[in-house]
Amino acid sequence: MAAEAGDKFSVLLPTYNERENLPLVVWLLVRTFRQSGNNFEIIIIDDGSPDGTQEIAEQLEKIYGSDKIIVREIISILFSSGTAYIHGMKHATGNFIVIMDADLSHHPKFIPEFIRKQKEGNFDIVSGTRYKGNGGVYGWDLKRKLISRGANFITQVLLRPGASDLTGSFRLYRKEVLQKLMEKCVSKGYVFQMEMIVRARQLGYTIGEVPISFVDRVYGESKLGGNEIVSFLKGLWTLFATT
Amino acid sequence: MTKLGQWLCGLALLGSAWVALALAPPGLRLPAPYRQALLPLPVYLLVAFGCYSLATVGYRLATFNDCEEAAAELQEHISAAREDLRRRGLRF
Repeated sequence: MAAEAGDKFSVLLPTYNERENLPLVVWLLVRTFRQSGNNFEIIIIDDGSPDGTQEIAEQLEKIYGSDKIIVREIISILFSSGTAYIHGMKHATGNFIVIMDADLSHHPKFIPEFIRKQKEGNFDIVSGTRYKGNGGVYGWDLKRKLISRGANFITQVLLRPGASDLTGSFRLYRKEVLQKLMEKCVSKGYVFQMEMIVRARQLGYTIGEVPISFVDRVYGESKLGGNEIVSFLKGLWTLFATT
Repeated sequence: MTKLGQWLCGLALLGSAWVALALAPPGLRLPAPYRQALLPLPVYLLVAFGCYSLATVGYRLATFNDCEEAAAELQEHISAAREDLRRRGLRF
């Protein structure tokens, strides 16, 4: 089901050293949107990647047109999803924003399902979930899955957030909703994504869910270390005590 | 009220009810068998919650979907994308 005429979807892609994956993600995004007939633009926010990500982004801009691909670079010691989204939104001309990872763990094919879900329930936010329906993960061993489910369980008990996947970063937001939430959210990393959902609930926004598959090709390189777990727990406690 | 606040209120409420009924300060005495039963209740509830947690996480772990087809499909899409982009002039 195509969105109403006048709906435009801005996809925000924060990148760091994604020279290999960026063209593939963009190609899949363009194909998905053209097939579904929705109006779109892709905003690439690169954090001064040393591997030539910006150069390849500019090539893509030439291939697909600068009305469809917008490239911005920010060089910031404090680069995080948050700062990337803020910068990205300044250039977004759509009324809906899609946020996702640029490393092919999120497949653009789910975006039309997000759009359909949003229309179905007139949701302010549609969140991709790995934990419900036929959502799932590829490339995780038992230990990683256990940590994921365990952390999610603790989060559900403590925060009762009304969404099954809080640390996911594949979501569709109404533009004004994302803007409002960005003003209020202060955390970083996983916890930032969690805080967005928690604050959204506080502000009375509605959240729909769509099962997604998360294909992790990176896990072999970036193990989930003790540091990450500690900062997750700290962040969880902060949300528990302040929201 | 914050979630922490809600938990503290809830615990305070249940806690004071338990103290009142099970520890039996003078002035409020239930028959002995009831007090005997209520006394270990907090520990029982904690253990029950522990079992529930283990069972839930275990179940969710066991039913965590492995997206084999998604990974395979992605590989196909990657090949198609590379070919098409090369044709359009992208220099990888």
